[in-house]
Amino acid sequence: MKPNTEYTRRDWDSHPPYIVPDYKSTLLRGPKKPLIPIPHSLSELTGPVFGHDKVGPLDHDLTKNGVQNGDPLGERIIVTGRVLDEAGRPVPHTLVELWQANAAGRYVHRWDQHNAPLDPNFFGGGRTVTDAEGRYRFITIKPGAYPWGNHHNAWRPNHIHFSLFGPSFVTRLVTQMYFPGDPLLEYDPIYQGIPEVSRSRLISRFSLDVTEPMQALGYEFDIVLRGPRATPVDED
Amino acid sequence: MPKQTPSQTVGPYFAYGLTPQPYGRPGIADGRIVNETVPGERIIVTGRVIDGAGKPVIDSMIEIWQADAQGRYAHPADGREADFHGFGRTGTDETGTFRIETVKPGSVTGSDARPQAPHLNVTVFARGMPNHAYTRIYFSDESAANESDAVLGLVDAGRRGTLIAARQETAGGPVYRFDINLQGDAETVFFDP
Repeated sequence: MKPNTEYTRRDWDSHPPYIVPDYKSTLLRGPKKPLIPIPHSLSELTGPVFGHDKVGPLDHDLTKNGVQNGDPLGERIIVTGRVLDEAGRPVPHTLVELWQANAAGRYVHRWDQHNAPLDPNFFGGGRTVTDAEGRYRFITIKPGAYPWGNHHNAWRPNHIHFSLFGPSFVTRLVTQMYFPGDPLLEYDPIYQGIPEVSRSRLISRFSLDVTEPMQALGYEFDIVLRGPRATPVDED
Repeated sequence: MPKQTPSQTVGPYFAYGLTPQPYGRPGIADGRIVNETVPGERIIVTGRVIDGAGKPVIDSMIEIWQADAQGRYAHPADGREADFHGFGRTGTDETGTFRIETVKPGSVTGSDARPQAPHLNVTVFARGMPNHAYTRIYFSDESAANESDAVLGLVDAGRRGTLIAARQETAGGPVYRFDINLQGDAETVFFDP
């Protein structure tokens, strides 16, 4: 990357605000003072680069990476897509981390008190690195919905958490992927906190092409990170 | 042109995915950014993440991205060979405390081609934060460099102190204290880089 390149800014028409009143824990945790824009120096134009040494052979396959004595229960799915920048160019060789509840809607996390069962053969965490075309592919179990304490009878829609780095510290993104047709989306303040124009970008597409016969349903989910923006160069 | 994918909170249960070492799984990083062989002054940076009611945030995560003691980043945009990877990640504990073991970074050239004061780049993630927050940790024993730092210069003088970690000399070496206040009168300055 040339030093005269900057990244585009966070698009606040696409991202949720820090404080979403219906998502109650944002009220005391979202910064309230205006963010201060800063120019991009090497501190912003660089960021951690992770190689395949951080990724084990089963890390992308959540149906295998937690097995103790059998296969995990639930509906096997394939989740695949491309990581792109805002110019539509692939983001190659970038780390993608993922975590999720099991088919019953229970997280392995030691604080999760939901009375749904743990699955001894499902851990729920994985990671991979995109290929030269920015593609990633996970095999997993469709996560269940789970109840939470935000309001009476609150349930999170089925979702998978994603964490991405992209090429610099400013392209970092943590997000959640949802499933098409989920009736809980309408009632979920975390999803509804996203501006209406951009919400649907978090809903994966069912794909019969990705679906493997007799094996697993396929979902596609592309992720768009901030892209490089060339700054004007004096011509003389 | 495609548009940015919206951010969402890490939620309460990110630990086994992002900081999974307590679950018996290797993580991509932890709070120990350097090993014994990395040159530079060894420092500890520690503090608490605190919410708008003054309570510790026990389910947050801090990431650090930093230059080495010579001010070099391990990244192609820098182009020089750095002494280490320079990335750290750690959750906060039951008191909201995080702890980073590293070396003090050197000065990095700013976008105006002038040297910046030494700093750590920080992102903060938590349940209840739909977006991560960006801040920087500067060092109290660098007052002259801090005075002329272009990014600190963008911050109201009355709030600059929220970005400066206080150095204490201890038997175990220098410890810098840096609390992250998500809200309130002492709200940490957050950037929009």
